[in-house]
Amino acid sequence: MNEVVLEVKNLTAAYQKNTVLRDVNFQVEAGSLTGIVGPNGAGKSTLIKTMLALHPVLSGEVHFFGSTYKKVKKRIGYVPQRGSVDWDFPTIALDVVMMGLYGQIGWLRRPTKTHQRMAFEALDKMGMADYANRQISQLSGGQQQRVFLARALVQNADIYFMDEPLAGVDAATERAIMKILDELKAAGKTVMVVHHDLQTVADYFDHVLFLNRTVIKHGKTNDVYTEDNIATTYGGSIRLIGGRIGNVVHPVKQ
Amino acid sequence: MTYTAWIILTASLVGLSCGLIGVFLILRKMAMMADAISHTVLLGIVVAFIITQELTGVHMLIGAIIAGLLTALFVQWLNSLDVQQEAAIGIVFTTLFAIGVILIEAFVGNAHLDVQHALMGEITFIPWNRITLPIVGSIPKAAAILTLVFFVVLLFIIAFYKEWKITTFDPGLAASVGIPVLFMHYLFMSLVSITTVASFDAVGAIMVVAMLITPAASAYLWTDRLHMMLVISGLFGVASAVIGYFIAAWIDTSISGSMAFATGLIFLASYLLSPKHGLLAKYLKPEETFE
Repeated sequence: MNEVVLEVKNLTAAYQKNTVLRDVNFQVEAGSLTGIVGPNGAGKSTLIKTMLALHPVLSGEVHFFGSTYKKVKKRIGYVPQRGSVDWDFPTIALDVVMMGLYGQIGWLRRPTKTHQRMAFEALDKMGMADYANRQISQLSGGQQQRVFLARALVQNADIYFMDEPLAGVDAATERAIMKILDELKAAGKTVMVVHHDLQTVADYFDHVLFLNRTVIKHGKTNDVYTEDNIATTYGGSIRLIGGRIGNVVHPVKQ
Repeated sequence: MTYTAWIILTASLVGLSCGLIGVFLILRKMAMMADAISHTVLLGIVVAFIITQELTGVHMLIGAIIAGLLTALFVQWLNSLDVQQEAAIGIVFTTLFAIGVILIEAFVGNAHLDVQHALMGEITFIPWNRITLPIVGSIPKAAAILTLVFFVVLLFIIAFYKEWKITTFDPGLAASVGIPVLFMHYLFMSLVSITTVASFDAVGAIMVVAMLITPAASAYLWTDRLHMMLVISGLFGVASAVIGYFIAAWIDTSISGSMAFATGLIFLASYLLSPKHGLLAKYLKPEETFE
């Protein structure tokens, strides 16, 4: 077993009076690529936000690399849902990618040519070099998602959290993103991805975390990705199509 | 300088500072917050006056910053108690403003500070209320304070440009790369407060909202880059001040009213004529499509 890079113990979180997550426990190994799946309102986004201190923890603990989030912030990358920002913001793709470096640049300093080059290289890696100077509202949904991925890449983190990066994107973007995720994994990075398409889970991820308010099952895809576990997580609301696991239709925004 | 020149200069400084601050108000979707703070700074001014018995610049600025921060804090607090953002703003600003009005009537009763003045401003008196400074000599007090505030605003925007940008566009990412989002929020609220209070004398609580929101909303229609939006918004603010003054002189009416009206004219022109988002441009060429 590899080194444990993320450990969540008895985590509970709530929105106002409604408990969204209760008693969440799991451990993630270095170099794993985990898909987080579960029905709408299961608390997938909340789980990520709570681990990253963007949402208050009611009780429980989260440890990254055996330390607290605050101490290892720089080693953690986050890709929020595409719909969480206003794409009419007056800026260009290259600038958005550069924002991933703002924490490293530090106070009262301006981004330099080096930072620009790093941002451009990340865009290029996502096949977006031609769109570097494009106003972000002029990009398609898939292109916007690739800009977000490029922004995460420049952070050069060791563990990444991505909230529905494959929701509502075109096939080319989906391929480009999966190629990057595999590269990250090959480079020994740890990646956790909220995912909505049950048909591709087995192809894309080596680990699966079934979530519905709490962890239903977590483990290697080969071991835990079974119809039973899916039915338990989704409350039996899925259909089986031709022996394969059917797609549960989700709206893009939660 | 002549009387007219001082009025135009003072109003232009209002337009410039409000134009810059307004860009972030628009992009942070906080236009209502500007409305709130423009009223609650009255409480800050009144309390500062009651304590010091003076209406000089520095006390007013400090009072305004405290009032502005209290507004932001109360709104945040009510919001965390499950009260809708818009409702929270409405509750906080009317209550604090009302306390300001009560205090004026009860304790101040002074010719220099009345509710009418606070709401509408009194730019016509500005050139007579002077202060003597080294080097520049005797200049209107309002112009001196506005110059100071303009440089403070400019300095903060330039120094923390990338922090404003990231906390405005994506606060979640900003927090995750270690930028103190909440601190930036309160810092911004302080800047809104000092800009508002410095503009208060010139245009009053109601007109200052026009200066804060409309030039920035107009600039948003002309450009897709943040730094250009700041430049254009500042210029629109100045243009509104100048155009407003001449409208007022022409038909002999309220100067602050005419200036606010001029911001509306600029917005209308932008809405019709802007090459990118204007009505005319949309009519002439069909919407661009993604590839």
